[in-house]
Amino acid sequence: MFRLFGIRGGVHPEEHKHPTASRPIETLPLPERLCVPLAQHIGAPAEAVVKIGQRVLRGQLIGSGQGRVSAPVHAPASGKVVAVDDLPAPHPSGLPVLSVVIEPDGAQDDADHPVPSDPLAMAPEAIADFVSRAGIVGLGGAAFPSAVKLNLGLSGGAHTLIINGGECEPYLTCDDRLMRERAEAVIDGVRIMRHASGAEVALIGIEDNKPSAIEAMRQAAAGDDAVQVVAVPTRYPMGSEKQMVQALTGREIPAGKLSAQLGVVLHNVGTAYAVHRALRQGRPLVSRIVTVGGGAVREPRNFEVPIGTPLKALFDACGGFAETPDRVLMGGPMMGQWMPSLEVPVVKGTSGVIALTAAEVRKHPVQPCIRCSRCVEACPVGLLPLEMASRIRKSDYDAAGKLGLTDCIACGSCSWVCPSNIPLVHFFNFAKGELVARRAAEERTSGLRELAEKRQVRLEKEARIKAEKAAQRKRERQARAEAKAAAEREAKKQAREEQKQEEEA
Amino acid sequence: MYAAIIVLTVMGAGLGLGLGYAARVFRVEADPIVERIAAKLPGSQCGQCGYPGCAPAAEAIAKGEAAVTCCPPGGLVLAEQLAEIMGVELDRSAVRDADPGIAWVEESICIGCVKCLRVCPTDAIVGAPKMIHAVLPEACSGCTKCIDICPTEALRMRPIEVTLRTWRWHRPEGETRPEAAHV
Repeated sequence: MFRLFGIRGGVHPEEHKHPTASRPIETLPLPERLCVPLAQHIGAPAEAVVKIGQRVLRGQLIGSGQGRVSAPVHAPASGKVVAVDDLPAPHPSGLPVLSVVIEPDGAQDDADHPVPSDPLAMAPEAIADFVSRAGIVGLGGAAFPSAVKLNLGLSGGAHTLIINGGECEPYLTCDDRLMRERAEAVIDGVRIMRHASGAEVALIGIEDNKPSAIEAMRQAAAGDDAVQVVAVPTRYPMGSEKQMVQALTGREIPAGKLSAQLGVVLHNVGTAYAVHRALRQGRPLVSRIVTVGGGAVREPRNFEVPIGTPLKALFDACGGFAETPDRVLMGGPMMGQWMPSLEVPVVKGTSGVIALTAAEVRKHPVQPCIRCSRCVEACPVGLLPLEMASRIRKSDYDAAGKLGLTDCIACGSCSWVCPSNIPLVHFFNFAKGELVARRAAEERTSGLRELAEKRQVRLEKEARIKAEKAAQRKRERQARAEAKAAAEREAKKQAREEQKQEEEA
Repeated sequence: MYAAIIVLTVMGAGLGLGLGYAARVFRVEADPIVERIAAKLPGSQCGQCGYPGCAPAAEAIAKGEAAVTCCPPGGLVLAEQLAEIMGVELDRSAVRDADPGIAWVEESICIGCVKCLRVCPTDAIVGAPKMIHAVLPEACSGCTKCIDICPTEALRMRPIEVTLRTWRWHRPEGETRPEAAHV
């Protein structure tokens, strides 16, 4: 029996997983237009490599990755590029992001991507290179380029690869269905990733509220000692990186460090599946499984969706809304982001879209903190949410930072348990932004100071050169005047001599 | 006579050495707080604080003659840093503009006179005589010197644009900043 370790804090929100957990993954019909943002990942945005009017094949490169931490973007369907323009991003602000708009022609011709004959015999770096070119990013939601993480594991001498099948957010079942239906493919992806990250063992952590998924994965991994499926207790936020690592290895990731520094790399089950598709079938990351859920949706279910599909198409395929949603979230209800409209597209990091009814959204008036410290008990990181919030209220962000604000994983457990309905996690997101903005402003000021100093140096140099040139001109003028005077003297002398000679003559 | 010469020479040498030693050991440093403040100021010598440049402003702040909130290009962040150096309570309502803004050129009225190029303290304006000028936003300190000198009012200030990368969560609703109460 695998030995599990406890995690701190956590909460038990109602799961709401049953409406979608029992239904198989369905394929969504192609929408009329696909809007594919070029910045779907953490790091530098991709740069468009297609022109308006050009026909693209499914899987063809449309945006190339820029720099070390970046990911390329591929066409999710064959069709015509009709626009490369700034369009609203799937982000609470609704600010624009450069996107490639494709009108699918329905032919679904695939671009040709060569497949290695045996990925497990390849050099680990070559696998990471494949993963990078397939545009694979962390599909759990953070969308960090996976190849960078694989290389980090390899260079840091990782001994354990953890595959996160926690899926602790309520409503979401996309990973559950993936593991149930495509366990062989996921396990194959895990084997490839274990090889690529140089880890000795791969542990697949799955919350014990998904017995069918655990069973299917155990069967697929049977007979391979290097790949172990572990059932972890169901408690939010078990699917968070730090908590999953702690539950499976007993080691806590220190503040400000990466799991790779403990010799552990963590990837999502969806990422493992994407790796399998890229290396076995030559399919770059152009689609993903998305849970469409929430009380406002008539028939919630899971879809395999091409990246770039507008959210509206997903809800329409579920029979539309049974009642007007209070809000639409991308991700789960605990950490998901509020969506500004239904026109924004599904991106690589979209695990679910949730339309919540007014009854599902707790909207009670905010009351004063009664210092009951339930948030302290719930915090999985061991912070003091009430103390941090009181500092942030007074705009003392540095004091909140000293209390460990930057270690907050924004899981929302504190807000969830707060009997006074204080939006604690909102305070922390706000204050983290303030700290970042402050650092940026400081950097900007020091950069400007440098520019001003350089200008001063330049002005002094210019003045010096000007003075030197003026002095030189003066010298030259003097020299010319002297030469002229000398010549005149010489001429006079000669004239005198000539006169003398004439007189003598 | 020799005795007098020797006594005076020895005295001179001894006192000289003593003075030299004292000058080194008991050296009075320049007020370090001025240097610390000067290191934080933008250094663009824009003069919006009412002092001829950043170094005189730093001295005035150190003496307590100028407020820590006197530097508009530095914004709220600088004011907070200066308040910490000076050990004073910061009155946030006195910060004139948290976002200093940046200059931009209205191209239809720019006549290419290069006057703004000459006054820009951070070389943020590019251009040549009889050519339309442009502002490099990342180099602009928001000092407004160019605004004052432009003969056609082609230069204007505008707030820094928010992008997906610079967007931040707003303060939770109903939670106003305490310092905003007495604005």
